[in-house]
Amino acid sequence: MENEKPHIVPYKVYFYILTALITFTMMSIGITHLNLGPYSVLGAMIFAILKSFLVLTFFMHLKFDQPFLRIMVSGVFLLFIAIVLLTFLDYFYR
Amino acid sequence: MVLININQLTQPPMEQVLNHTDQHYDPEASKLGMWLFIFTELLLFGGLFLIYSVYRYLNPEAFHLAAHELDTFIGAFNTIILLISSMTIAMSTSALQQKNKKLTIILIVTTFILALVFLVNKYFEWGIKFEHGIFPGSEHLINDFSQGEILFFGLYFVMTGLHALHIIAGMIIMIIALVKVQKEITNADRPVLLENAGLYWHLVDLIWIFLFPLFYLIH
Repeated sequence: MENEKPHIVPYKVYFYILTALITFTMMSIGITHLNLGPYSVLGAMIFAILKSFLVLTFFMHLKFDQPFLRIMVSGVFLLFIAIVLLTFLDYFYR
Repeated sequence: MVLININQLTQPPMEQVLNHTDQHYDPEASKLGMWLFIFTELLLFGGLFLIYSVYRYLNPEAFHLAAHELDTFIGAFNTIILLISSMTIAMSTSALQQKNKKLTIILIVTTFILALVFLVNKYFEWGIKFEHGIFPGSEHLINDFSQGEILFFGLYFVMTGLHALHIIAGMIIMIIALVKVQKEITNADRPVLLENAGLYWHLVDLIWIFLFPLFYLIH
């Protein structure tokens, strides 16, 4: 049964991912309480990006699905990053 | 009869039609369609995150001040609830593929209950703000707060409100998935409806992963 359908993800994989996600949440709360000034938002965002990567890769099955989905999702995130960069270039240099 | 049905010209040969017992089931296309929808949702929230970051850049002090009104504990609690619900809905697909209908249903119901807990928390959280006179257009907000703080609370209510609407939509989708699994229309051979319901729910989780640090973790 397992051999026929390679896409069945074992429960324990999901459980490990949940553990990592909760750990990252706690770490992001911890890092913002350290008073790192401007770096605390950077720290919190790094943990948010790590968490979203885990959710996309494992919970949303991108690791197990066809590669073109991965390429498209990366494309959308790159588009968003480009929009943010262009907007801030405008605000920084006006 | 000289009547020509235009559909006949595009249809496959008869023997193929007869052997084709599967009714319009294309899991790859279904999933691709779901992803395309998710992209529009990501860009919708992306636009709001862009507005947020520009206003935060322009009003850093006011955003810090206003964020003290929010309770990090409730935010963190809701984050963990959503993360657990994401795990249970992901597990439900595995359970369905392993032909364990009972466990699939238990996991979908668990996810639904966790979503409800999230909404109840949100209700109390918003309720406290309303009691303090902080809600869009309130006199207390307009008279006693700075422009930056008003912007912060405007974004807070719009973004968490839109997210809560997505939670409600997700709960409706879960009821549909539950009925289809119960009737075995969605089964181990045709799991894509449950998978897509899961994808939608993970999107809701994904958005919250960014909402949480941006609203609750400003110190």
